[in-house]
This record gives sequence, C-alpha cells and structure tokens, in this order.
Amino acid sequence: MSRPPAFLSVAILLLALASLLPACRGSAGQLRLATTTSLYDTGLWEYLEPLFEDEYGIELHVLSAGTGKALELGKRGDVDAVVVHSRAREEQFVTKGYGVERVPFAYNHFLIIGPESDPANISGAGPEAAFAALMAKGETDEDIRFVSRGDDSGTHGKEKAIWASAGYDYEVVRASRSWYVESGSGMGTTLMMADEKQAYTLTDIGTYTTFESDLGLVPIVDEGDALLNVYSILVSTRATNPAAASSMVEFLTSEQTQALIGTYGVEEHGRQLFTPYAREDM
Amino acid sequence: MSELANAFVTALKLIFTGDPEVLAIAGRTLAISLTSTLLAALMCVPLGCFIYFHSFRGKGLLISVIQTFYSLPTVFVGLIVFITLSRAGPLGGLGILFTPQAIVVGHVVLIAPLVTGLTISALGGVSPEIKDTAISLGATRFQTVRTILVEARYATLTALMVGFGRAISEVGIAIMVGGNIRGFTRTLTTAMSLETSMGNIELSMALGIILITLALVASILVNRLQRR
Repeated sequence: MSRPPAFLSVAILLLALASLLPACRGSAGQLRLATTTSLYDTGLWEYLEPLFEDEYGIELHVLSAGTGKALELGKRGDVDAVVVHSRAREEQFVTKGYGVERVPFAYNHFLIIGPESDPANISGAGPEAAFAALMAKGETDEDIRFVSRGDDSGTHGKEKAIWASAGYDYEVVRASRSWYVESGSGMGTTLMMADEKQAYTLTDIGTYTTFESDLGLVPIVDEGDALLNVYSILVSTRATNPAAASSMVEFLTSEQTQALIGTYGVEEHGRQLFTPYAREDM
Repeated sequence: MSELANAFVTALKLIFTGDPEVLAIAGRTLAISLTSTLLAALMCVPLGCFIYFHSFRGKGLLISVIQTFYSLPTVFVGLIVFITLSRAGPLGGLGILFTPQAIVVGHVVLIAPLVTGLTISALGGVSPEIKDTAISLGATRFQTVRTILVEARYATLTALMVGFGRAISEVGIAIMVGGNIRGFTRTLTTAMSLETSMGNIELSMALGIILITLALVASILVNRLQRR
C-alpha cells in the first residue's frame, strides 16, 4: 500500500489556501454598514468607500440590503450603522431604542416609470391619482401592469404609503388581478423585470438613472410631494464600533462629502442623482 | 446570442488581463470552498467510516436521514447559521458573522451530510470478496478495515469532489452569512448575483464562466490523481 504523496501535497496546499482567509474578528478599525440596495446599485458606496477609508483609517464593510433587512441587522447589532430611506420606520427604530439618532444626509425623488406609449394614460397626474388609474385600468386592460418591489424595502414602503394616501387598502391591491406583480427583488432587478414586461414601476431616480441606458421605460410621473426620497444614517445602539460609526456620520455630513454626493454621477449621466441635504427636518 | 459571445470575450479579457478584483474574488471563492471541503473531509470521512463499520440500532434510519440532508436548501442553512452567529444569537460572541469564516461554517454544514453519506456508499461499494479474502488470509480486524479503506479511496475522493462542487456553486449561504462585502466576502456567485441586479449581464456571465473553469481545473486535477 503505497499511498501517493500527492494526497499529502494536496492537503498542504489546502491548508496554505485556508491561511489566506483574512482574520475573522472585527477589529477596532472596522466599520460595518448596511445600506439600502437603491443606494448601493448606483455605485455611490464604491465611490465613497476609499475616500472614507483613507480619511479615517477605518476599514469599511458595506452590505447591500433592503431597508427592512438593514434595520433588522442594525437592531441585532450585526452592523454598526444603517443607511436607509423610510422616515416612519427610522423614527420607530430610534424610539424603540435600537438606533441613536436619525441623520438625513441626502435626498432625491421617486419616479413612476413605464412604457413610452403610457397605456394607462397617467402622464401629468399626481402619484396618488396615477396609482388609482393603474389599479382601475389594470383590472381590465392586459397591457397594463405594475411591478412592485414587494420586499419590505424603503421603496416598497413608499409605494404602500402612496396606495394608502390614494385611499386603497394595500392588501386589496395585492390581492387584485395579475396586473400587480411582486418581484421580491432589489431595485435593479425590479427595473429589469418591469422593462421585460413593459410594465410600470416605482423607482428612485438614482437607480433609474444608472440603468436608464438599458431600459425602454421612461419617467411618466415625476412630480408630487409623496415622491420625496430622503436617505438617512442611523447608528445602532448595539454597535460594536460606535466610534467608527460616528466617524461615518461626520464623514457623510461634512461639507466636502456633501459636495461629492451632489456631483456624483452628474458627469456620466448628465443628471444629478442625489441632492446633499444634511438637515434635521426631512 | 451576441450577449453570450460577448460574455466569453469579457471572461477571457478578465482572466488574461488579470483584473485584480476578479482574481481576488476567484481566489477567495476557491480558498473558501477548499477550506470547507477539507474541514468536511477531516470530520465526515472518519464519521462515515465509523457508521459503516459499526452495527447499531437505527443505522438504516440514520443513513436515510443523512441522505435526506443531501437536499438541504442553501438558504435554510444560511438562515440557521445567520441566527446562530448573529450578535443576538448563541454564538454571537465569536463575532464572525459576515466574514469568510462564516461562509465556511455554512458550507461545512451544507456538505457534511453529502460527504458522510457518500463515504458510506463508497465503502459499501467495495466488493465483499475483498473483505472475505483479507479475513481468509488471516488479517486482523484493523487490517481488514484498512484494506477496505484503501480500496474505497477513489470513490471517497469523488464524495469530496461532489462536496466541493456544491460549496463552490451555492449562493444562498454566501450571501446570507457572508453579506457579499466587496473585497472581503464577495465570492463568484454573490458577485454574479449582484452584477446581474446591477444590470451588468456580461460581467456576470463572465464570472460564471470563470467559476465553471475553476471547477473544470479541479476535476482534471482529481482525475489525474486517480490515475496514478
């Protein structure tokens, strides 16, 4: 029985590879941040990450998750801070003692986008009236569809809020006919699904702009108070590294970063993706 | 069709220009899957042998249960490991959620039943004549066991290959307990999922091609090892 030394060398190789995995414990110089997918998919975090790391010497780990999941991770203390866009739930997060405070740092707008032909004829309407028309016409016209995120994200929350202010019970909307499609996915995937189905959907302008060149859908409704979209950062009360989280708050609200957020993507897309806004009352 | 062709071109470009981010992701993916396979081998091959060579009540049932777990859903394993490693969970103190180690833990849980079960099958596949011959030649129990193990070594290697294949190709665990953090826990499959959701279909396809190439290289290496 001559067991070939190959077995041994393979085992050694495996152990060598295993040692390449970085050390596991979160160190003091590490910040873990969960961010909403709509912000991540625009590439903003990839842009800001090296700037933050260089300035503060803190290693930044960014997780992309919907607002619901991001808040859950923050509540559990699995991330130090969350960046989300759902005011009511953020305030609840702070009231319940899971977060220190809510710091808004940027905003943009939501859009209702759809096929250029606008089969539901909602162009020029307000968001509530547009939703009401989609519901009424979607029930009868097979060409009219709406793709919802359906994933408990901030965008999904905004959609539910618009249904509510339009006077609909969301469960009734959900239970209605095949015109209402729930993607259960992030913003990017939902946009592509809406494009494939030539459907309407609600999107933040940042993600839409990033995907615009690949989409055959155009903005149909872009005005209305209900479409305001504010991004805030909240530090978890169970943060492992609260100091690093505070540094992130300081970084995002600093004059320099605010200016960078305001110009992010303008050159590439010819449109402002985010308006910097570090003020308490949004 | 052109999308597919472009993806191949993109994949070749990424591989041959040595794009540092893609190389890092591929290396990390390989390191994680190999570590998981190695750990599973160290635990589950002996466990499989133990179960095979011992007779006990409920052995058949145990093997059925192990075989049922071949089809463990990855998101379910991801969820269990997430709850366990979360700071609010029982092993939260380790602080390894959203690290490569957490993915390894998940992968080991995922492939342990496979490796154990297939090891048992591998040993069962050894012809009973070999055992009889060994005993008739006056082999002790230890020598008989050793003879069967040596006979089953290639089939056991196949068990490890299957485990490796399941680990390297899964996405549910990697995204749930790894978190797809750029430059830290991003693997080929989670990167594919992300790039697709960001609309970069070609890059995503290219990453898939790289993953399949890695699996191909691994399988060729194992085949060479078996021919020796």
